[in-house]
Amino acid sequence: MMAFAARIGAGLRFTLMDVGAAARLFFALLARSPKALARFVLVREQVFYLGNRSLSIIGVSGLFVGFVLALQGYYTLQRYGSAEAVGLLVALSLVRELGPVVTALLFAGRAGTSLTAEIGLMKAGEQLTAMEMMAVDPVQRVLAPRFWGGFIAMPLLAAVFSAVGIIGGWLVAVPLIGIDSGAFWSQMQGGVDVFADVGNGVVKSLAFGVTVTFVALLQGYGCKPTPEGVSAATTRTVVLSSLAVLALDFMLTAMMFSI
Amino acid sequence: MQASRHDAWVGFFVLLGGAALLFLALKAGNLLSLSFDDTYQVSARFDNIGGLKPNAAVKSAGVVIGRVESISFDDKTFQAKVVLNLHEGTLFPKDSSAKILTSGLLGEQYIGLEPGADEKNLASGDVIRQTQSAVVLENLIGQFINSKASDMGSSAAPAPASGGKP
Repeated sequence: MMAFAARIGAGLRFTLMDVGAAARLFFALLARSPKALARFVLVREQVFYLGNRSLSIIGVSGLFVGFVLALQGYYTLQRYGSAEAVGLLVALSLVRELGPVVTALLFAGRAGTSLTAEIGLMKAGEQLTAMEMMAVDPVQRVLAPRFWGGFIAMPLLAAVFSAVGIIGGWLVAVPLIGIDSGAFWSQMQGGVDVFADVGNGVVKSLAFGVTVTFVALLQGYGCKPTPEGVSAATTRTVVLSSLAVLALDFMLTAMMFSI
Repeated sequence: MQASRHDAWVGFFVLLGGAALLFLALKAGNLLSLSFDDTYQVSARFDNIGGLKPNAAVKSAGVVIGRVESISFDDKTFQAKVVLNLHEGTLFPKDSSAKILTSGLLGEQYIGLEPGADEKNLASGDVIRQTQSAVVLENLIGQFINSKASDMGSSAAPAPASGGKP
């Protein structure tokens, strides 16, 4: 009984320690950001590695998600005789939910893991310690540019995902199924609001960009400096950031779109 | 400013993201139909607004000439007070009438403005006097059943009289 209580206590203490360490790293990142952003060339490099290199997987996924949404939406809507609304269905689902969320999940798998592995290996190879010995702050030189790179890349990727998805939906709905092109676009424009739908989607993708990038950096920076430690941290990055994105998405949707 | 060998590609990526956002706003969204024109406000009272919502269209002859700004309940007259924003360029006579109409059988409700014949035009803050409420389906069905029942009653009443005649 005592052992059980002690285990709960220890668990809570370690959890609180983890939360505290995460908060300290987050505020350290924000405090070092002005100096890191002043050397913008480092951020640009990270936008290239996190953004450009993810473009192919995001584009292809967006295209296929759009295809499937149009097919599935048409299947349901034609039962009610409103097949033209498939454009509205595709656009609203992509802009409000699927664009930011699926992009964040793919971003966690494609870019988050590489961030964690890179920083974990730097730590295992004692490069971060060597930087500190040379009075170079690793948070400012290594972590902050990656954080801002992810912050910039994520909303752009989500916008590309949604746009490519809508084009994919058009490709299935208009040439393949034979829905009128004008009705497809006018239904979409009649139902999608620039600020309430597109704008909130962008806000969501910004929040997800911060979440995924920060979880990846935290796991890499806090991992055990061994091969097993790096691999475990990479796994945790995918699991934690995916769960965080899904939970955060629910909360943001409930806050933004509650009527 | 340090240059990096990836700069051109990063620029291309940022431009692509910007183009995607623009596409979402212009082609998928309603940025083009958002009007930032000057408007003037008039109000109207309805006995029943049905399913009218704020931001619904105000149309005359089928053309959108304004939007519903707000809907509130007036507990003095027990009517709904609807505030309309009409585009500055469209002027209507003071005795114009407003109706709540439905696009299609089950579509969205909007306000139809029919011009009157007054010399003076509606100005900001004016009230539209002549209004016609929304058609509520339940009331319509109720009236239909009532008229059917009274028809049956009146046709049933003379039946014994005609039956009494040999």
